[in-house]
Amino acid sequence: MSKIKKFMYVNRRAPYGTVYALESLEVVLIGAAFDQDVSLAFIGDGVYQLKSDQDSSDSDQKNFSPIYQALGDYDVSKLYVEKESLEERGLTLEELMPLTYEDEDDDWAEKDSIRVVSRDEMAELMDQQDVLFNF
Amino acid sequence: MSILHTVNKSPFEKNSLDECLTHSTDGCAILLLEDGVYAAMQGTNVESAVKDAMASKKVYALGPDIKLRGLSTDRIIDGIEVVDFAGFVDLSESNDKVQAWL
Repeated sequence: MSKIKKFMYVNRRAPYGTVYALESLEVVLIGAAFDQDVSLAFIGDGVYQLKSDQDSSDSDQKNFSPIYQALGDYDVSKLYVEKESLEERGLTLEELMPLTYEDEDDDWAEKDSIRVVSRDEMAELMDQQDVLFNF
Repeated sequence: MSILHTVNKSPFEKNSLDECLTHSTDGCAILLLEDGVYAAMQGTNVESAVKDAMASKKVYALGPDIKLRGLSTDRIIDGIEVVDFAGFVDLSESNDKVQAWL
């Protein structure tokens, strides 16, 4: 078997205004079938993708935020959110969707998927990847 | 001649809001919609620019787009008026023309 590679999907756009966020999710879910080491980065307006309480009841668009809840079931359990990007937008971790996964190495304990990291830490994480996809 | 300015881009990704604010005159109306509604929220890096504009211009935000993005109308900048689609139509009708900052 070939070496497992580290894949990072970098999300930089707000949901709904453009199709980037939804397209990223589609590619992540397809990629999840290939048993690679997958992580997602949310920087800039990308942090808005994870905002809680998205509600399309007054809108013609589809609320696709529930799909993020499914990522844990596809072994996509590392969602890095940049602290500075949250702060610039007046957001806090508590205002994001609670996303979790079950850790098979720890008796399937439920753990948080979202990890808030600094801009410097995010740069370091990007450095460690084999492949980066930007959306 | 009153203008309704519309801004549908995030102020963090594009300079549409900035260009709108610097090319609009006192007494005009500015409607934030789609990704433009992020500019209506309290606590962001663009809050002071929006508040400065509100001293001489009337700012509106489209409610359905706020709700879709999971934002709360409780957290929008004081003085911004939330309108629905019918309100958008009224604004278009009550102003002489529309300038859409895409």
